[in-house]
Amino acid sequence: MKRNIFTALLLAVMALVFPFGAAASEETPLDSLVEKDSSVDAQGIIFDHLGDRYGWEVPFNHHKSIPLPIIVWGSDGLHVFSSSRVDHGAVYRDGNAEFKVAGKDSPYKGKVVEIIDGQEVKPAIDISITKNVCGVFISVLLVIWCILSVARWHKTQGMKSPRKMTGAIEFLIVFIYDGVIKSTLKTKANKFAPYLLTVFFFVLVMNLLGLIVIFPGGANLTGNIAVTLVLAIITFLVTNVFATKHYWKEVFNPEVPWWFKWPLPIMPVIEIFGIFTKPAALTVRLFANMMGGHMIVIVLTLLIFIFAAMGPAVTGTTAVVSVIFSVFMLLIDVLVSFIQAYVFTMLSTLFIAMGQEEGHHGHEEHAGDGGHGSGTPLPAAKTQSSPSANPA
Amino acid sequence: MELFTPDFGLVFWMFVSFAILFFILWKWGWPVIMKGVSDRADLIDKGVEYAQNAKQQLDHAREEADKYIADARRQQADMLREADRMKSQIIEEARSAAQSEAKKVMDAAKVSIEQERKQAEQQFRNEVSSFALDIAQKVVRNEMKDEKAQEKLVNSLLDEMEKQN
Repeated sequence: MKRNIFTALLLAVMALVFPFGAAASEETPLDSLVEKDSSVDAQGIIFDHLGDRYGWEVPFNHHKSIPLPIIVWGSDGLHVFSSSRVDHGAVYRDGNAEFKVAGKDSPYKGKVVEIIDGQEVKPAIDISITKNVCGVFISVLLVIWCILSVARWHKTQGMKSPRKMTGAIEFLIVFIYDGVIKSTLKTKANKFAPYLLTVFFFVLVMNLLGLIVIFPGGANLTGNIAVTLVLAIITFLVTNVFATKHYWKEVFNPEVPWWFKWPLPIMPVIEIFGIFTKPAALTVRLFANMMGGHMIVIVLTLLIFIFAAMGPAVTGTTAVVSVIFSVFMLLIDVLVSFIQAYVFTMLSTLFIAMGQEEGHHGHEEHAGDGGHGSGTPLPAAKTQSSPSANPA
Repeated sequence: MELFTPDFGLVFWMFVSFAILFFILWKWGWPVIMKGVSDRADLIDKGVEYAQNAKQQLDHAREEADKYIADARRQQADMLREADRMKSQIIEEARSAAQSEAKKVMDAAKVSIEQERKQAEQQFRNEVSSFALDIAQKVVRNEMKDEKAQEKLVNSLLDEMEKQN
């Protein structure tokens, strides 16, 4: 019931926001049609919307955007200035250095560059608060607010049944903890639960924010490879830093017939390769899924303007069909947002669990007792004894 | 291709953001929630157990009560029956006592009536005889005033005596 309300709320927000957002994003092609009377630059628009930018566009206005700070380390030190200074290709002079956003023909397309002797030079460090960075900050604040509100509930009136938002979030927490973390990591669940739950909510909020087309949302966060790469790297680090001896033994000296390891170390090479393909798979999965969803919605909307050249009847029909399909796709994307966050968490849990295997002995026991029941105290005793054995 | 090249600035901020997010939630978020959830689960488990026990006890108590009520009913019925029996017995006894008493009284009355009657008869007889003597005296005195009459009577009486013999 609580989940239904949550979903319905999200859908309502989507439904409300989508038409405006669509209208907002349509102005570029419309303007270009009127002004240049040429065909729509579909590729440009798609990549513009999927990519990052300095400043955050507002609906119904293509000339103004919410300015965000640009932070670059130029040839003569640190420069911090508002993105509104370099809007629409303007050149900004800060001290002795001149900056602009590189144009379409430049190799640094869309990035801030320093102009030195008429040449565009990429600054050494560019840690500007771009639209995506700002989106990440908003997501972080949202997640903190959501989770701490549940924590506050538990502190003040924990023995009551949580309702509405608190209930929905708590449901998700318990769902992930019991369904994914506890069932996979067993006795070590509590050690990794904070990281995995944080990842789940972070990814979920970023996914959902990406679907809202106007200001607080609209940044294509999880459809950006940098975001998913960072998350995957952290999972990679957690997996390997906390990995057991058995895990490393399985990597370098797996239990396979000897001729897989000698004279050619086929299996070790594959295993070592596997260490790195896991985070790569994590990165690409989430990135490609979310970007694909965004791209389909943008393409469907663009279809209207591509068909605009063929007369009002065709345009009208395309508009109706496109809007129906776009809404449908956005609804699916709400589902996908949840599923992708879930899958990312599940895969992270699996990878971490692989690094936690305790050798053949423990493995058989786990397989033998079938998880629950009388066998549970045994692995617990084992994990308690193993850390004490390590220092000795 | 720019979609597939991670931007350094974003990677940097992403790391920073995630570190902050993780630290805050790790410190003030998850432990509180995890503890709260499991505490509440324990509480609910306890509550369910308690309720089950209470229900069992209640069922038990109800059975007991039913038993007591049935007992009481039976006792009541027994007592009523007993009372009924005693009532009729008392009535019966009273009746027989009254009958015997009445019979005694009647007998006594009969005896006394008989006595009275006999007495009255005796008295009546005495009176009648005295009256008769009186009358006879008077008649005799009246009749025996002259010699002739006396003679006549003596003669008749003698005649009678002769006839009888």
